[in-house]
Amino acid sequence: MNIHEYQAKQLLKGYGAPVADGVVIFNADEAEAAAKQLPGPLYVVKSQIHAGGRGKGKFKELSADAKGGVRLAKSIEDVVANAKDMLGNTLVTKQTGEAGKQVNRLYIEDGADISRELYLSLLVDRTVGRVAFVVSTEGGMDIEAVAEETPEKIITVAIDPETGVTDADIAKLNEALALTGEAAEDGKKLFPILYKAFVEKDMSLLEVNPLIVMENGRLRVLDAKVSFDGNALFRHEDVRELRDESEEDSKEIEASKWDLAYVALDGNIGCMVNGAGLAMATMDIIKLYGAEPANFCDVGGGAGKEKVAAAFKIITADPRVEGILVNIFGGIMKCDVIAEGVVAAVKEVGLKVPLVVRLEGTNVELGKKIIDESGLNVISADDLDDAAQKIVKAVKGN
Amino acid sequence: MSILINKDTKVLVQGLTGKTGTFHTEQALAYFGTKMVGGIHPKKGGENWAGSKGETLPIFATVAEGRERTGATASVVYVPPAGAADAIIEAIEAEMELIVCITEGIPVSDMVKVKARLEKSKSRLIGPNCPGIVTPEECKIGIMPGNIFRKGSVGVVSRSGTLTYEAVFQTSNEGLGQTTAVGIGGDPVKGTEFIDVLEMFLADPATESIIMIGEIGGSAEEEAAQFLIDEAKRGRKKPMAGFIAGRTAPAGRTMGHAGAVISGGKGGAEDKIAAMEAAGIRVSPSPARLGTTLVEAIKG
Repeated sequence: MNIHEYQAKQLLKGYGAPVADGVVIFNADEAEAAAKQLPGPLYVVKSQIHAGGRGKGKFKELSADAKGGVRLAKSIEDVVANAKDMLGNTLVTKQTGEAGKQVNRLYIEDGADISRELYLSLLVDRTVGRVAFVVSTEGGMDIEAVAEETPEKIITVAIDPETGVTDADIAKLNEALALTGEAAEDGKKLFPILYKAFVEKDMSLLEVNPLIVMENGRLRVLDAKVSFDGNALFRHEDVRELRDESEEDSKEIEASKWDLAYVALDGNIGCMVNGAGLAMATMDIIKLYGAEPANFCDVGGGAGKEKVAAAFKIITADPRVEGILVNIFGGIMKCDVIAEGVVAAVKEVGLKVPLVVRLEGTNVELGKKIIDESGLNVISADDLDDAAQKIVKAVKGN
Repeated sequence: MSILINKDTKVLVQGLTGKTGTFHTEQALAYFGTKMVGGIHPKKGGENWAGSKGETLPIFATVAEGRERTGATASVVYVPPAGAADAIIEAIEAEMELIVCITEGIPVSDMVKVKARLEKSKSRLIGPNCPGIVTPEECKIGIMPGNIFRKGSVGVVSRSGTLTYEAVFQTSNEGLGQTTAVGIGGDPVKGTEFIDVLEMFLADPATESIIMIGEIGGSAEEEAAQFLIDEAKRGRKKPMAGFIAGRTAPAGRTMGHAGAVISGGKGGAEDKIAAMEAAGIRVSPSPARLGTTLVEAIKG
């Protein structure tokens, strides 16, 4: 689960991290009052969407030479003018795709005089199974480009979960970021704070890009991007409350209510599969036979008939879907449960597109019997290859 | 021969009394009499578990007691996500040789703690978020459907449960059968990686060929490929087929498995396929052709 920059900063501020003062607004009318709460004379007006590359992004509704999604303002009037220009418009960045995202929230922040821009993130380093800091002196730019061009400038420091951030870790991080004097003292406080926040709140990513050294020699978290481990949300009610559903696909929100792993895609063949690997492989094989999947959908192992029916309904409700492939290799999931769920969903919402069903594994005979006896117009498939060819043929024949 | 488990392996069940634990313990008992020897429940120690066909197993309050009383060396964990990490740690402390965690959805930070404990122990953890291990006609730990297995010569290792079934089913249909199939799980932080299992398969004389199934996210496939290249230089090499799921997955999105995400331009399918092919693995473009691709690899 992702949150907005301003939410991430409020959270980090609560842990004692140095972040600038700022006010979030939802309406341009609030801009003046928001700016008046800040010291000035330099302000930053930042679009709050769940995507990176905002500064270099372009608003669809504005002229091509208009400024991007993060703007400097040198007076309160300037803040208000920019807020009016940005709110409600659609920001397209390299991470949003062509459709872009509507900017519904702005963060008005106190400006800072920047001396140096650094990069810092925390993530779970899967090769060592530990939380790790990834830092670089090359901040403020696309870290992927830094990794590609000058990998030696990216330093990783993995943290032992049984000791937390040690003095040796702090020394390594300060050295890697070339921090000295007051900035090094700030680093000594900041690194354990960020680690504590990451672990306590079950984050999956905490990225500060840039972390800045100001003209006065002090550190400040200038931008913050935080994602949380979806598997740990059950124990963080405060984090769940930060969710902004307007940033998410409506089908994905509905799917999440049923605890379905669902990702909306651009193709026209809807997929319902058990198991993440098989669900990805099903997408791959559809593509291999020349068509495109409309979604990734893993109904999981322990799904009941109601959950299966819910998944089927989400898939059929997608207007792009011109055919559906149900591909089940039962382990925990029993084929008869899938069959009952599909039959129940079809009886409720109807079936207007071709449906290919491939069942294998636990209780397969029972599952096939339920489908056969339902009287539904289902195309049966013998194996995955057969299933993929049949659904692609059925959709292309339309 | 086989790896990790055989007909003599005695298995305890952590989370036996739940619905999932009960169903799959019944299935395991029915699978060539897998030696399921007891369950663990902190409040039900001394009671008995009863299956739907009249099977019974003793329940112990702790893993340590269960091990002591039954001589079990393996445990399988069906405990729900919130308590699964503690269950694994209890099994580590009881010095179980093999711990297989089926549970999906364990917080990553819990697994970081488990991993730290594991490194200081002699236990091997398979999973979490995995389908388990099967040595055909001898022992079935976990949730894989037993009827698709045939005793034979292929070692199967996979990050995906259902794709393990595909590989098993297809190698059975080709008449090859399996020595052991191991699902290592789809989480980013896990107990056992490809390299660990590949080492065992290379060392097992009964395993004549190997199927390795990876997916997007991380770099475990690339590391495994390098391991295979290094071992081949030492003269250890077996015919291999492979598959990588997620060629069509969009970057930055987590595809069901917590570990299946392309991030920072890394972990994409094409890099993994290239690394595996460089190590001499025949990578199938289709998940439906795992069996036939392996047959081609064996023929050379």
